[in-house]
Amino acid sequence: MKYLDEYRDPIKVKTLLREIESAVTKNWVIMEICGGQTHAFLHNGLDAMLPPQIELVHGPGCPVCVTPLEQIDRALAIASHPDVIFTSYGDMLRVPGSSKDLFAVRAQGGDVRIVYSPLEAVQIAEANPDKQVVFFAIGFETTAPANAMAVLQAKNKNIKNFSVLVSHVRVPPAMEAILGSKTNRVQGFLAAGHVCAVMGFHEYPPIAEKYRVPIVVTGFEPIDLLNGLLAAVKQLESGQAVAENQYQRAVKFEGNESAQRTIRSVFQSTDRKWRGIGVIPQSGWGLSPEFQEFDAERRFDVENIFTQESSLCIAGEILQGLKKPPQCPAFGKQCTQQSPLGAPMVSAEGACAAYYRYHREAIYG
Amino acid sequence: MDDLDFEGYTCPVPIRRTDTVILGHGSGGTLSRDLLNRLFLPELGKAAPRALDDSAVVTIDGQRYALTTDSHVVSPLFFPGGDIGRLAICGTVNDLAMVGAQPVALTCGFVLEEGLSFDLLQHVVASMKAAAQEAGIFIAAGDTKVVQKGGADQLFINTSGMGKIPEGVNISGANAKEGDVIIVSGTIGDHGIAVLSAREGLGFETTLESDVAPLNHLIQAMIEAGEIHVLRDPTRGGLATSLVEISEQSNVTIELNEQSLPFKPAVKAACEMLGFDPLYVANEGKLVAFVKESDAHKVLDVMKKAKYGEDAAVVGRVIGTGKSQVRLKTAIGGTRLVDMLPGEMLPRIC
Repeated sequence: MKYLDEYRDPIKVKTLLREIESAVTKNWVIMEICGGQTHAFLHNGLDAMLPPQIELVHGPGCPVCVTPLEQIDRALAIASHPDVIFTSYGDMLRVPGSSKDLFAVRAQGGDVRIVYSPLEAVQIAEANPDKQVVFFAIGFETTAPANAMAVLQAKNKNIKNFSVLVSHVRVPPAMEAILGSKTNRVQGFLAAGHVCAVMGFHEYPPIAEKYRVPIVVTGFEPIDLLNGLLAAVKQLESGQAVAENQYQRAVKFEGNESAQRTIRSVFQSTDRKWRGIGVIPQSGWGLSPEFQEFDAERRFDVENIFTQESSLCIAGEILQGLKKPPQCPAFGKQCTQQSPLGAPMVSAEGACAAYYRYHREAIYG
Repeated sequence: MDDLDFEGYTCPVPIRRTDTVILGHGSGGTLSRDLLNRLFLPELGKAAPRALDDSAVVTIDGQRYALTTDSHVVSPLFFPGGDIGRLAICGTVNDLAMVGAQPVALTCGFVLEEGLSFDLLQHVVASMKAAAQEAGIFIAAGDTKVVQKGGADQLFINTSGMGKIPEGVNISGANAKEGDVIIVSGTIGDHGIAVLSAREGLGFETTLESDVAPLNHLIQAMIEAGEIHVLRDPTRGGLATSLVEISEQSNVTIELNEQSLPFKPAVKAACEMLGFDPLYVANEGKLVAFVKESDAHKVLDVMKKAKYGEDAAVVGRVIGTGKSQVRLKTAIGGTRLVDMLPGEMLPRIC
């Protein structure tokens, strides 16, 4: 398949691995930001083929994993309403709130539907004027333009029975939070290619300079990941720290400006709580004042649901790369994909799920 | 940002125990297995040592018979390449054939929702008749129930079947042996993606057709060509789930070769787009066979010449015993584990 097969070529993979081996002389800790990249490493068995000097840590770029528990509890409260059709991206349904997940709400009679695009949720609202249709607008910069577009469409069409439960987060503030932490181990980043396709990477040079870390915008196929690693290793070995773009076929420096305008027209920057990490200032987007009528939290009066997260798994340390999933005492025991303790085990992009699915042998022998 | 709790953070969620049935319990993966192990097998499965095969084997006066049952609930009822009627016949014929039986007769039970059109039902029944003729079996008995509007989604069909197992044939998920060559009968994931594309709301169209087909004639030819140890039709849960089940039943290590797995480009593209792994997508007219190493060539040749086996391919082998595991050699030369489908397959976010 064009645009895929040439980036999965085993011969090119071998060549790049040899180049990385000859470039690396010291031990380096490199974080791939995005859960999609984590899965691509493990799904292809690529992580085990890297030279031992390179330690990958798996970053917080999994939207399902970082959505805070209380936001899921709010979703559950709204979805349980008899007059509500609750719509969501698929993998959000399996994330447990305090007591249940959206699947359980559906089993108990709630109308919970998987949509592939938020614009479908707007269509559902048009087709069901006697119902309240709510879309769970989560995700990073990648999903924000489409989610913003849904709100714009609803406003333009004067659709009154549509609202969004927003929990948008952004990558650069999370990178700064990790780099600014006293326990930080990360020496270089593979930045998330899809996020940069929307936002560009003009936010990254100041971060690279301030914290002296190489940041390489990287795609998701094996060849992309290896090219990204090679660039990061070359910078680290030569003492450089700049932002560079491996994913040129999709990412421009300034990004997709029309998508950015759509985001800015609907959302404004806000503090966000990250599951497993805490509140990071100005790290997310919320609806701007002129779109408050579409705010599901207000419409359903769930703003005051606050949930205290209990203590079992070590998602926080995993999400910012301090520990690997097998180092969690619950991993593979109390915490499995069938009964996940934490969000990183739930999501298709979560680091724990990736280890559980592809790497259990490393743990059980 | 001093108050960020990076160090001591301990996460969140309480262990999830569902006290109600959720859709994932019907996905054919580990949740389905949990339901079996927790509820059905302890109460009802004591006398069925082969409950995890596609059919049970019952011996009467020295003759072995295969028995099986399957309920069919598909939405939409008509999909590219098939419909619920063809599915109901082929599903049960195939389950019988997967233990090496020659299917003889089926029964069918219909649950009809009030308001269902006769025209639609007629189409389904005609399709069942055609599939039964193709498979060479007859419908021996039937039953009809009507439930009030909303009590069912248009039409559910249960089919049960019986078949005769010829002497010398011994096929079971527990019979995989070291060295066995693993063959699939054709492209993987066609049915699941065809049905998905016919559903509303996914926003893509394909010309892909379901592979739903009766495989008993193909299997007959295979059995005559060589020694078959295991057969399974990788329906719900896909090829990955079937192979994990077999590795557990036989306590063997299986190695799959990603590059030899046959996929239609449309299936691959749809899976890339939706974030699905085609190894978990359902098939209805495909089988996976574990064949004695020395007979593998003969069996593969026969398959390629037979209807529904034209695209058959060797995809892996049994590389060891004593440890149940499925490994995949990835296209780029790495290795990873393959697990069962954990629950419902969900489109990813981005």
